[in-house]
Amino acid sequence: MKKDITSPAAFPKAEIGREMKGSDCVVECLIREGVDVIFAYPGGASQELHQSLARTDKIRTILPRHEQGGSFAAEAYSRVTGKVGVCMATSGPGATNLVSAIADAFMDSVPMVAITGQVFSKYIGKMAFQETDFYGMTLPIVKHSYLVMDANDLPRIFKEAFYLARSGRPGPVIIDIPKDVQQKKFQPVYPATVEFRSPYATATFHAPDEQLKQVLALIAEAKRPVLYAGGGIISAEAHKELKAFAEQTNLPVATTLMGLGGFPETHPLSMRWFGMHGSAYGNWAVDQSDLLIAVGARFDDRITGDTSKFAAGAKIVHIDIDASEHNKNKRAMLPIVSDVKFALSRMLELAKAAKFSPPDTQAWHAQIATWKQEHPFRYDESKHIVPQEAVQVLYELTKGDAIITTGVGQHQMWAAQFYRFDEPRRYISSLGLGAMGFGYPAALGAKVARPDKQVIDIDGDGSFVMNIQELATAKIENIAAKAMILNNQHLGMVVQWEDRFYGSVRGNTILGDESNVGSPENLDGLYPDFVKIAEGFGVKGRRVHKKSELRAAIQEMLDCDGPFVLDVIVPYTEHVLPMIPAGKTVKDMLLK
Amino acid sequence: MRHTISVLVENKFGVLARVSGLFSGRGFNIDSLNVAPTHDASLSRITAVLKGDEAQLDLCIRQLRKLINVVEVIDFTAGQAVSRELVLVKVRADTQTRSEIVQIADIFRAKIVNLSADNLIIELTGTDDKVSALLSLLEPFGILEIARTGRLALKR
Repeated sequence: MKKDITSPAAFPKAEIGREMKGSDCVVECLIREGVDVIFAYPGGASQELHQSLARTDKIRTILPRHEQGGSFAAEAYSRVTGKVGVCMATSGPGATNLVSAIADAFMDSVPMVAITGQVFSKYIGKMAFQETDFYGMTLPIVKHSYLVMDANDLPRIFKEAFYLARSGRPGPVIIDIPKDVQQKKFQPVYPATVEFRSPYATATFHAPDEQLKQVLALIAEAKRPVLYAGGGIISAEAHKELKAFAEQTNLPVATTLMGLGGFPETHPLSMRWFGMHGSAYGNWAVDQSDLLIAVGARFDDRITGDTSKFAAGAKIVHIDIDASEHNKNKRAMLPIVSDVKFALSRMLELAKAAKFSPPDTQAWHAQIATWKQEHPFRYDESKHIVPQEAVQVLYELTKGDAIITTGVGQHQMWAAQFYRFDEPRRYISSLGLGAMGFGYPAALGAKVARPDKQVIDIDGDGSFVMNIQELATAKIENIAAKAMILNNQHLGMVVQWEDRFYGSVRGNTILGDESNVGSPENLDGLYPDFVKIAEGFGVKGRRVHKKSELRAAIQEMLDCDGPFVLDVIVPYTEHVLPMIPAGKTVKDMLLK
Repeated sequence: MRHTISVLVENKFGVLARVSGLFSGRGFNIDSLNVAPTHDASLSRITAVLKGDEAQLDLCIRQLRKLINVVEVIDFTAGQAVSRELVLVKVRADTQTRSEIVQIADIFRAKIVNLSADNLIIELTGTDDKVSALLSLLEPFGILEIARTGRLALKR
C-alpha cells in the first residue's frame, strides 16, 4: 500500500541542511521519518550514532540487554502500530545478533529499518576487529539493503529505506554505516521524494474491475464459499473492508495466525483461524469449500499441509499485492494482483452498484454451525491448572482487550486458541520464522507503542529463558510488560511431536534436572526459579500452581503497574489439538 | 529446460549478488552468466543461462522483479531473441597441424587472434550450436584453454 505517493508533477524541492556530521544526519533523517523510539545497543562502530541520539530529545532510545531483544522489540513496535520499527546495533557481533529479527520481519512482512555501525571503510574486507560483511550476510532476508560509502548519500538512503520498508509488501531494510561515514562533516541535502529505476518499487497495485467482477460472479454461484484472510489484511489496514465485504456477501471467514484479529473472532461469520492447530471447523470448511477466496495470504505449509489435497474441490481466487505469491504453493484459478484494501473496497462498491445479493448458502452455514457446536477449541478439566485454562482466564479478566505477545511452541497455539481477537495488531507472534525468545522483548516493544494497553507475553518456560535478560530493560526503562509463563518444564511442542511420532523418546526436551523433573506435583523439582530471577532484576513476580489461586494470581499481574512475571505451573502432558500432522491433510486431523 | 534470462539492473555494487543469490538459494546451477554495462552506464545487463524446474524458475523470475535494483526481467524462449556467444580458444598447433586448423577456422568465419610456435588462439562468435561444432572439431588437436562470454541475448 502506498502511503506517501508523490506526484512528479509537483516537483517538490530538495532541502539543503546545515553542515553536520554523518551521525547527526542519521538522527535528523530518523526525526524526519517520524521515528520516536529506537531500540539500540551501542558499540565501537555505532558509538557516534549514540552520541548523536544523546543530543536529541525527539527520539527515545531504549537500551535492550541483547541486540536480539532490541530488534524483536522494534519489530513488535511495528506490528502493533503499523509504523516502521527501528533498531540499531554495532558492527560484527552486534549486527549478527539482529539477524533473527531481520529474518522474522522478512517472513512476516514487517516494516523495519535496522541500522548497523560498520568498521572504518578503509578496514572493510580486512577482517578488522568486529567486522562482518553484514550487507552480504543479510541479502537473502531483506527487502532491500544499503552499505553507505558516502555520507552525502545518507539523506537519500534513509528516505528510500523507510519508503521501501512500509510500501507494497512491507519488509525489513538494513542500512550499514561505516564509522568514518558517521564522522564525516558535510552539508546534507534532503530529497523531497524517492525515485527508483525499478517500476515495481513505486507501482500501485489496483485490480481491474473486470477481475473483481469475476470474483463476485464466482461468489454468486458458490454453494460452499470460504474467505481465507491472511496477514495482508492487517498490513494493508483492510480489516474494516474485510468485515463489510464478508457481511455483504455472507461469506464465512477463516483467518491465518498472521491474519488473527483481521476479522473479529466473535463475529457470527468467523470460523476463527485454520491450519495445523487451527479450528476443526475452519479446516473442514476450507477443505470442503467449492470457492476459496484467499486475501493477503500465502498458502504457507502450516496452512495447507499436503498442497495437492488442500481445498481440492475449490475454485481458488488469490488476491495479493505480491505477484510472486500467486501459484507458488497452490495453483489459483483466478490470481489477482492487488492491494487487498483496494480490492475489497472496490468489490464492495461493485457489489452495491450491481445490487449483488448473496447466494443461498443456508445449508453451508448450517453445516458450519453444527461443526462449531460439536468441535470448538476445548480442553479437559484437570485438578491442576492446565495451560489452556490460564489463557482462558486471562481472556476473561482482560475482557479480550489486551495485546498478547508469544514465544514459539504450544503456548503460542493455546494463546491463539483460547484468547479471542476482535481487533488487528493484538496477537504479536513470530509466525513464519517461529523464533523462540520473541515473546518478552516483543511485549516491551508493544508496551512502548501502546502504553495505554495491557500487554502480556504468554510464554513458555523454554522461550522465555531465551531473552530473559530483557527483564532488565523492562525495569530500567519502566516498561510495564507482563509475562505469563506456562511453565511445564519441557519444550512442550517438541515433546508433543515426540509423543505422537517418536515413541515418547525425549531428545533433549526436558529443561530441568532429568532425575527430578518439576511439575505441579513435584514443586521441588521446578527449575529455574523465575520469581527469584525476576526479583534479581528488580521485577515483581509470583508463582502459582493451585487452580484455586489462578484467577487471583492473574489479577495481581494485571493490577501491577510495573513489569511482572507470573510463573504458572502446568503439567507437560497436554497436547495442542486439533493437529494436522506436517504434510498431511484435513482427513488426518487429530482431535484427541 | 534451459532458459535464457535477461535482467536489466542498476549498475551498483551488490546487485549481481542479489540476482545470483535468488538462483543459488534454490539450487539452480547457472550454466553461464554475463554482466556488462549497457549504453546507459547507470544500467547493466545480466544474461544468465540456467536449468531448473519450470515452476521454480517461474517463481524465481517473479521474485527477481521484486528486487529494488532490478529494472526489467525477460525470460527468452527459443526464437524470441537473437543470441550469441564469443569464445576464445587456445589450441595446440605445430607446423604440421597449423594449416588444417586455420582452414577449419576459416570455414567457421573465426579469427586467428594470436599465433605462437606451438599454439594459436581462435576467436569465434556464434550461436551455441556453432560454438560447440567448432570446439568438437578442434578437440582432436588439443584444446589448451578456453574463455567464453556465456550466452548474450537481445530481444528481436
